[in-house]
Amino acid sequence: MKKEWPLWEVFVRSKNGLEHRHFGSLHAADAEMALANARDVYTRRNEGVSIWVVESSNITASQPENNPEFFEPAKDKVYRHPTFYDLPDEVKHM
Amino acid sequence: MNNQALYNYILGVTDNSLILAQRLGELCGHGPSLETDIAITNISLDLLGQCRSYYQYAAKIKGGDTTEDSIAMLRTEREYVNVLLVEQPNEHFGFVIARQFLFDVFHLLQMQELQNSKDETLASIAAKNIKETLYHRRFSSDWVKRLGDGTEQSHAKMQEAIDALWRYTNELFEITEDDQKMIDAGIGVDVSKFKETYYKQVAEVLEEATLKVPENKYFQTGGKKGIHTEHLGYLLTDLQYMQRTYPNMKW
Repeated sequence: MKKEWPLWEVFVRSKNGLEHRHFGSLHAADAEMALANARDVYTRRNEGVSIWVVESSNITASQPENNPEFFEPAKDKVYRHPTFYDLPDEVKHM
Repeated sequence: MNNQALYNYILGVTDNSLILAQRLGELCGHGPSLETDIAITNISLDLLGQCRSYYQYAAKIKGGDTTEDSIAMLRTEREYVNVLLVEQPNEHFGFVIARQFLFDVFHLLQMQELQNSKDETLASIAAKNIKETLYHRRFSSDWVKRLGDGTEQSHAKMQEAIDALWRYTNELFEITEDDQKMIDAGIGVDVSKFKETYYKQVAEVLEEATLKVPENKYFQTGGKKGIHTEHLGYLLTDLQYMQRTYPNMKW
């Protein structure tokens, strides 16, 4: 039975105001079942206030073999980080 | 004397949950998929948690050496007053779902009434249980629809389970002498009030699931009087094994 069920990715928001985070994946026959399963598998210890599920096949992912042209050009561009400012002492929590 | 009736009434409400929790617990690690396995075990633990509140209250009423554990674990078969429905074996997944569904619809209606009880403890336990029970009912109804309206095989198995368990539904609405005393006192729930609603709600889900509502009018009875099917003895052997073998053992 399980072999025929598609895979779903589960995103849970743990507290109001925070973003949904990827919690894991599970098998389910339809979206409703995926939601119910996610509730039972991932929020039984009071972890969440909101759940999103999305069928894994609907996610387009970057390919590891494309990593050189995707990510490496950013590596030597340190000036894109906001680290070249002198912060006055009065500014806290930065 | 009134206390004895209240004590018996509480057992009548909560033995159902204890026995069903034990039945569902048998499936732990044996569910058809990891996800349903966890879901069913969750429901089992919900029911068991609900029992604790009732049994603690019952133990207080009874007094003496009685504890929640002695009530749950050390009675004899004839002293359990759960309905026959909940002690029926798991057979196949269709039976698990059908049994759960036929119980959940009743259980929710019962809790919704019990939260208005004049007994404050019972009312507050019931009010707390409603959310959990709502979820159980949703879970089992969804599965009845999914299997009933699924493949030819799942439809046949679901119908088989509903047909087999139907004969145990009428007992849910029996009222014992002690029940009646508690109803008169404004403490107990008059289950006959929502019998029609129950069968209507069950029929709605079955229809949506493309399943036939059984027409047989022959119903089994006995559980509420302590007269059980042969299945309960085996279940109790499992349930009570640790307490009987190692008396007073604790976690």
